[in-house]
Amino acid sequence: MTAYIFRRLLQTVGLLFFLSVILFSLVNAAPGGPITAYAGRRPRPEKIAQLKRQFGLDQPLPTQYLYWLVGNDWTTIDSNGDGIKDSAGLRKGVLRGDFGFSYRTRKPVLEEIQSRLPNTVYLMSVTMLVALLIAIPLGVYSAVKQYSSFDFFATTFSFAGQAIPEFWLGLILIIVFYAWLKNPWTGEPLLPSGGISSLGSGFSLSDRLAHLILPVVTGTLGWIAWYSRFIRSSLLEILPLNYLRSARARGLTERIVVLKHALSNALIPIVTLIALDLPYIFTGAVLTETVFAWPGMGRLYYQAAIDRDYPLLLAVLIIGAAFIILCNLIADILYAYLDPQVRYE
Amino acid sequence: MIPQPSEFSIAIWKRFTRHRGAIIGMVIISLIILLCIFAFLSPFNPEKSSLAEKLLPPSSAHLLGTDALGRDLLTRILYGGRISLTVGGIAVAISLLIGVPIGALAGYYGGKVDSILMRITDAFLSLPSFLVLILLAAILREVELPIFQRNSVLTISLVIGALSWMTFARLVRAAFLTLREMDYVSASRALGASDRRIMLGHILPNGIGVVIVEATLQLGYAIIQEAGLSFLNFGIQQPTPSWGNLIYAAQSHFTKYPWLAIFPGIAIFLTIVSVNYIGDGLRDAFDPYKVMEKVGEWT
Repeated sequence: MTAYIFRRLLQTVGLLFFLSVILFSLVNAAPGGPITAYAGRRPRPEKIAQLKRQFGLDQPLPTQYLYWLVGNDWTTIDSNGDGIKDSAGLRKGVLRGDFGFSYRTRKPVLEEIQSRLPNTVYLMSVTMLVALLIAIPLGVYSAVKQYSSFDFFATTFSFAGQAIPEFWLGLILIIVFYAWLKNPWTGEPLLPSGGISSLGSGFSLSDRLAHLILPVVTGTLGWIAWYSRFIRSSLLEILPLNYLRSARARGLTERIVVLKHALSNALIPIVTLIALDLPYIFTGAVLTETVFAWPGMGRLYYQAAIDRDYPLLLAVLIIGAAFIILCNLIADILYAYLDPQVRYE
Repeated sequence: MIPQPSEFSIAIWKRFTRHRGAIIGMVIISLIILLCIFAFLSPFNPEKSSLAEKLLPPSSAHLLGTDALGRDLLTRILYGGRISLTVGGIAVAISLLIGVPIGALAGYYGGKVDSILMRITDAFLSLPSFLVLILLAAILREVELPIFQRNSVLTISLVIGALSWMTFARLVRAAFLTLREMDYVSASRALGASDRRIMLGHILPNGIGVVIVEATLQLGYAIIQEAGLSFLNFGIQQPTPSWGNLIYAAQSHFTKYPWLAIFPGIAIFLTIVSVNYIGDGLRDAFDPYKVMEKVGEWT
């Protein structure tokens, strides 16, 4: 198992290297280069040349990639364009945790990410938790009562839930709970239409919760639909198995048979499914965050795409891909750990 | 005995029509497609503004109301449907064109070919796809290319298709891995059939079921992706309507004029639900055991 994990980690490094080359060339192949977004509307040519030197964009692409990856503080660069390498580079490179500076705010990219990440982790973990708390009972009950009217409605709900575009659902919820429904005592909108908390007031739990409700409902519906359907079919595969028949024959109640004996096996694929969805806790949901003006990673990325803030875009993509690969590995290991039938050489 | 192709498709059609959701889905999607095709019968112009009639609520003159520039919303939704459905269709075609050959070559030849092609597939699978979609759309918005004009239907479809072929590659590879060991394949190889002929003529037709089912589901997925992208204003640009950019345009005043946001979303919703039900019906139709179990036929 250790050898397997080690080999997978090695593959991960290779895969990330490959992806970073592709994403880096993609971003830097954009015409006009990323600099046009930074230099303003009608930049003077000298200004562009100076900025290009400053960001190392005057170098050939492979050199740029090298500087991006390992930094340029070990070599000297030409800072004033006179052809003489006069000063030491200042970049440390991605491998040492330096993702460069945001073109827009001129702050370190990692600082930008750190300021947004907690908000996304907060929103997405609540969303996933709510999804599981609803999806598991829903899936279990409709599997146990297969073809009942409850199952029919749960299945229909699941099909509908997977088909609703989340940004549209968000807008509809704002129409209903912000524009139409009013708080009967104060006459204010029942729920806020966006943001993580009200401006100007201090921390208040009820205010935080009020801001959380609509984004969580918007984001969780698709996941409830998807998880509950998965749990239902996973349980349906297990329910007719002999070991459950023998458990029943030993006189165990149906409740214990389903909730203890069947569910513990049915949840194995779910655990790996959740592990595969964990990267969203980092990347966030661009559409939901946009609709609700939620100051998280998704909106950060969206804004960066509008501004063509390539260092930021690249950093989010690379870290996002690293999360995805890592979670894939975790899913595989968990699967082997939970299901003794699975063995890796 | 393996049924003849004609009998086989009749059997599949029979099983498919037993799936009530799939039939309803077929009816709804056919209606939507017909309405979109005959959108030109509408008395209104989808792109010409008439400010005297702006932001009218639904009425008998304008069934779904008008937008901020006084254009009939129903007409714009139908023309937008043409765009959204076309993007979905082309995107799926592109991901089929990439994914099926990759999966076929990997599964048929195995070994080095397989491991290289599957590493590439893994690489694509480990990208946060919607974020890359946004990046590509943002880059392509700035590029002048001969056929792929900025934010055109073709460009957006290409980008969506290029990021969603991986499932096809995996499914086709799995099908080829099992089918290539079959006796009938060895037989045709012994008779001197070329690899190409074996792959296209003998193996692919037997693995086509899963591909069709997956293509249906991918169609819905591609339509949602286009809608999301256009909602972020990185997709199809105004004045050309698409379901996503209609909702994007509605955003600035949707609490006051909710119909602008509600109706395009209903169009997306109905399309995706129908497509998913059709996919479910097809899955049952290609998987006889499952459907027989359902109707209690095999006891």
